[in-house]
Amino acid sequence: MNPLLLWFHKLGSPPYFYRLAGRFLPWLYAIALITGAIGLYGGLVVAPADYQQHDSFRIIYVHVPCAWMSLFVYAFMAANGFVALVWRIKLSEVLAMASAPIGAAFTFITLVTGSVWGKPTWGTWWTWDARLTSELVLLFLYFGVIGLYSAIEDTRQAARAAAFLALVGVVNLPIVHYSVNWWNTLHQAQTVSLMGQSKMDASMLWPLLTLAFATHVYFFASLLTRSRVALLGLESGKEWVRALVNARTGGRQ
Amino acid sequence: MTPTRKRRLIAVALIVTAVGIATGLTVLALGRNMTYLFSPSEVLAGNVPGGASFRLGGVVLEHSVQRDSASLKVDFVVTDRFHEMPVQYTGILPDLFREGQSIIATGKVENGHFAAREVLAKHDETYMPKEVADAIAKAKAAGNSQHQAQ
Repeated sequence: MNPLLLWFHKLGSPPYFYRLAGRFLPWLYAIALITGAIGLYGGLVVAPADYQQHDSFRIIYVHVPCAWMSLFVYAFMAANGFVALVWRIKLSEVLAMASAPIGAAFTFITLVTGSVWGKPTWGTWWTWDARLTSELVLLFLYFGVIGLYSAIEDTRQAARAAAFLALVGVVNLPIVHYSVNWWNTLHQAQTVSLMGQSKMDASMLWPLLTLAFATHVYFFASLLTRSRVALLGLESGKEWVRALVNARTGGRQ
Repeated sequence: MTPTRKRRLIAVALIVTAVGIATGLTVLALGRNMTYLFSPSEVLAGNVPGGASFRLGGVVLEHSVQRDSASLKVDFVVTDRFHEMPVQYTGILPDLFREGQSIIATGKVENGHFAAREVLAKHDETYMPKEVADAIAKAKAAGNSQHQAQ
């Protein structure tokens, strides 16, 4: 077996993943904290005010990274759900279910900050345009996944049922992303594009990209923390967990 | 890949594709009803059912805003640069409202003009510092005067 594939197989084993994640965690949190602080300082203090929105545009530094994460986390959850459904890998079930609440939180922040920005800029807290509505549907999809997972008693069966819902909900992702191009919406079109010119001045763009990086790292840190806890619960009868607990308590039970 | 996994893979792929197609068709079918706004050209072409309430989108025509001095009544013209539509509104306008700004007004057509219940400002996707905006405006003005001089 080639080494990469071997490592991949090893990664799927709960004790190995638990140890590896534990080693990465402090670094991930440190990187997320530092880049997040730099990005926020850059966005809220250093970046110049916008020529027509003045200082209220600064909410973009929270809103846009969270909005990107709401889509990214969903895609990550669905990909893991797919692996869990087809190959029945326990770790994928755990990863998919651990990412749902984080994604829901990012989606919620996106909706709230968007609403707070919309009131002074557009003149309304909420409107039923395609972008806002599809993002709200995304939040409900996350709630559905979390709810379904909690409603079924057998954890592994629950994870597979919820993974299926997550996978079906993927159709909403292109709708959220392209809604501003497909329909006339109140929400503006994309400012930052991976390919081609971004419609934002460089002095304002760098904190945004820094924060986008920080939120990604934070997501993986939070994900690893949550999956480690979930794995301990799921494998509580297994030898490696017992060894871990014994090492911590010095054999006292 | 074992036969069981292959079967699961095919089943999952089929269901996701089916849901995707179903959603795509629904969105296509809803296309007309999902129109958030109409442009003045579409309104004048009769695309909007008579007497119905709808959203009108466009740019506030330069030098068209007339404020009533005694009340909050505002008259202005919304254009998509092809056709124009006079709009009447009573109430407080959003901060970004001004001539040349994209706006979305909700209301209905009453004797030839659009009576708006709500006016929202649409923000575009460009962000820049004031200095850059001024520099661009200056460069544009310089370009225009050069153009006129020729």
